[in-house]
Amino acid sequence: MKNALDRQTQVTKKNVTIRFCGDSGDGMQLTGNLFAQLGAELGHEISTLPDFPAEIRAPQGTLGGVSGFQVELGSEVYTPGDKADVIVAMNAAALKVCTLGSHFNHPQAHYDEQFALYHRHAIVLVDTDSLTDKDLEKAQYHTDNPFTELGIPESVQVVPVALTTLTKEALKDSGMDNKSMLKSRNMFALGLVCWLFDEPMDKAIHLLEDKFKKKPALIAPNTKVMVDGYNYGANMALSVNQIRLGESGDNSQEKGVYTSIAGNRATAFGLIAAAEKAGKHLFLGSYPITPATDILHELAGRKDMNVMAIQVEDEIAGVCTAIGAAFAGDLACTSTSGPGLSLKSEAIGLAVMAELPLVIVDVQRGGPSTGLPTKTEQTDLLQALYGRNGECPAVVLAASSSANCFDFAYEACKIALENMTPVVLLTDTYLANGTGLWRIPKLVDLPEIKPQSVPEELKDKYNPALRDERGVRYWAFPGMEGYAHRNIGLERDAEKGTISTNPENHETMVLARKHKIEQIAERIPELKVIHGAESQDTLLVGWGSTEGHLHAAANELGCDLAQFNYICPLPKNTREVLSQYKRIVVCELNTGQFATYLRSQFPELPIEQYNEIQGQPFAVERIVNFVKQ
Amino acid sequence: MEASQFKSDQYVRFCPGCGDHAICMALQKAMAQIGIPPHQVAVISGIGCSSRMPHYLNTYGFNTIHGRGGAIATGVKTSHPELTVWQISGDGDCLAIGGNHFIHEIRRNVDLNVCMFNNRIYGLTKGQYSPTSPKGFVSKSSPFGTVERPFVPAQLVLGAGGTFFARTLDVDVPTTVNCLVAANEHKGCSIVECLVNCVIFNNGTHAWIADREQRAEHSIILKHGEKMIFGKNNDKGLAVEIDPVTFVPKMIVVPADDPRVLTHDATQPDPTLHRLLALMGQNLVTDVNTQPTEDSLPIALGVIRSVEAETYDEAVNKQIADVREHAKVHNFDELTATLDSWQV
Repeated sequence: MKNALDRQTQVTKKNVTIRFCGDSGDGMQLTGNLFAQLGAELGHEISTLPDFPAEIRAPQGTLGGVSGFQVELGSEVYTPGDKADVIVAMNAAALKVCTLGSHFNHPQAHYDEQFALYHRHAIVLVDTDSLTDKDLEKAQYHTDNPFTELGIPESVQVVPVALTTLTKEALKDSGMDNKSMLKSRNMFALGLVCWLFDEPMDKAIHLLEDKFKKKPALIAPNTKVMVDGYNYGANMALSVNQIRLGESGDNSQEKGVYTSIAGNRATAFGLIAAAEKAGKHLFLGSYPITPATDILHELAGRKDMNVMAIQVEDEIAGVCTAIGAAFAGDLACTSTSGPGLSLKSEAIGLAVMAELPLVIVDVQRGGPSTGLPTKTEQTDLLQALYGRNGECPAVVLAASSSANCFDFAYEACKIALENMTPVVLLTDTYLANGTGLWRIPKLVDLPEIKPQSVPEELKDKYNPALRDERGVRYWAFPGMEGYAHRNIGLERDAEKGTISTNPENHETMVLARKHKIEQIAERIPELKVIHGAESQDTLLVGWGSTEGHLHAAANELGCDLAQFNYICPLPKNTREVLSQYKRIVVCELNTGQFATYLRSQFPELPIEQYNEIQGQPFAVERIVNFVKQ
Repeated sequence: MEASQFKSDQYVRFCPGCGDHAICMALQKAMAQIGIPPHQVAVISGIGCSSRMPHYLNTYGFNTIHGRGGAIATGVKTSHPELTVWQISGDGDCLAIGGNHFIHEIRRNVDLNVCMFNNRIYGLTKGQYSPTSPKGFVSKSSPFGTVERPFVPAQLVLGAGGTFFARTLDVDVPTTVNCLVAANEHKGCSIVECLVNCVIFNNGTHAWIADREQRAEHSIILKHGEKMIFGKNNDKGLAVEIDPVTFVPKMIVVPADDPRVLTHDATQPDPTLHRLLALMGQNLVTDVNTQPTEDSLPIALGVIRSVEAETYDEAVNKQIADVREHAKVHNFDELTATLDSWQV
């Protein structure tokens, strides 16, 4: 542990990772989000990782109640960072969890860089007022010196700050009660961090005003505390180096209007944009489930845009009300997570059989069963592809950043409406809750969506089996005169559309539904490889949310990366691309589901796999080490 | 309009003698009488014998999956309240696998016309007991008799806050047509329990009232605003008696000219009397060992309850319309303009 007496100086870094860590009631998510947004508005790239317990309020001060928010900012930011450069620990429990990482429950554990959430040269700001005997007891320390007990190395710069005392001091004339004052502790920490990064206060104050615009009484005290935190850093000449982030490459960012956006919100926006572009009424049937519920929240609030988002009695009703709306001609969606996708399986099969457009958003979480509701995982891939009875093909897409949840939600709607098929969009906890920079598009610049319709000449001759030249059945819905028909979950006659149990007809229909999905490959983008610095025989392969981590790993390795967003159907040049490499390493947060899928499609390819399954995003370093071995 | 306009070109494949034939015919008649053109009508069903119904009606139809007709119909009606939506279901589809959707469509008061065919048996899977089979009922899956208590559908409907309940019998087509027309007129979730005979697996389940000779004595057709009188010679009436000790009210049969004979008010919001009426004679169908006696109460047919209340589909759409009236955001570009953003 270093208590540097050197006069403070500034160091410049390309990017930096900071983790705010405290009790789940300490406002860490708010603090982290504000800081990330501030960074983004100042022109830095950002990537965030909220990491909170499943319990809404675990007992105060305990290890189980520690809530974290990690953000990396700077330039060439692909991930929220493996390990933090700066830690803000609001209490003894947070200090322990950050220092020991997943080993925080081991009684003899010491700082070990492999597990710690910060690296050997990190700065650790800690609230010394929250290290009383009682605090230490709650956080299961055995001695009265947490720093020694945790074995924090000398190279770590610990910055002790009496956060609680200083916050109370800042608010002593505010007339606020003790409890309310304590709630502003996070703002003192935020101000201090702003000083540490030499971020201007005016923008931060503006953000704070905006954040509390519905509770104006909170603006003045929180601003005061934050500014005092900043000044404390400046005046007390804290013995740490200020960190200056290098000018982010203005050239690297495409020109445009930017915001920072969480994946769930981006998903909701994608659905909204697609409905408007397609000229369809947007319907969402949903049931609350972590971590997907924010999509329901977002859409339930958009009645101004004529969005109909209803909360129904269960997951099955969520998908079934959506199927009803699709039958009646709407752009229909349902949002869920893994356990909900299981419950919806039979109904998704109905939508496949009835050939109705339907978008199913699965925000994956740790499974099986209830599993790890607030943690991230890529374990629903095979369920999305195959988890239904019968030969039941549906389109499967995966978003690969918080911001492109927008693009793939939009694309899911486009494919569903144009091809009369259910589309499963896979995102996950990491994308859903994390934020990234989003270049806001104009509706006019988004791709056209032409929902399947029915030609006028089929009036009075229509039946639900009639298809266009692509093999996509025509769409007529109640209210249209001359097209009344009966749709079914039973097998239908390939020509008349009525119930059929004929053996040859069944095979014809199974193949027709399969062909309908396969032909979509003709209209999706080809797979593009991100080329590394060196020409190598190794290709990293990933899908969905791991893109940032794999990109960073590929950069370090100098090898190529192929990240998949289109899972079923696969881009049509997939074999051609993959077969150029001698070594293909498929990296995923499961035990090898995409690798299994690729092997089934391309048995001749030398597919290796690298897997982590700890409910957390990849650590870039571990991927790099694996590939180098 | 003519009933024939609602007949599809499909050959009706209910078993010969099945009660579903009569309900199918009554539905076509009722739809003609209601007069809404077929393309504005959607008939949604789940799985079971009765759920084949959409195929025989020349409207829009959707024969879906087991138990989910209610949720799918809710989606159709809520997203498109301008459509007339019927749901066809059976005692298994509606009260067993689809029980959750059933109580919630009633609770929400979605404006659906629900025909719940009750034959107290699973027919399509060839003869297992259902949630309405009487206790002790012997079937393929209960070779020693069931040990469980059945649902009385009316009780479930009223318990879920139902605004409309009618009961009809397959062989009484005029009453069925009347009930179906009334169900359509009623705005809200209208449940019509159609007592149907399964000639193959549960023949005679409604024999107590199905027999033409007996029907007048064993049932009463309730009509709003009319005295509750029944019997072959219209000589019996219904009244309520309150037990002086327990204060529990019960229905009693009195002479038709007794001043206590009640006049039926289907629109009374308080469900107490509707419940008493709907439960009359149900003891005969909840336990195989219950035998009818001389003073058994008649089984109530017709519209027992029809109460006005705001419908879910209306409320959802009204809330959207209200918000839109004062909305500042109308399209995607306006929406994104409200975000904290910056120019690069």
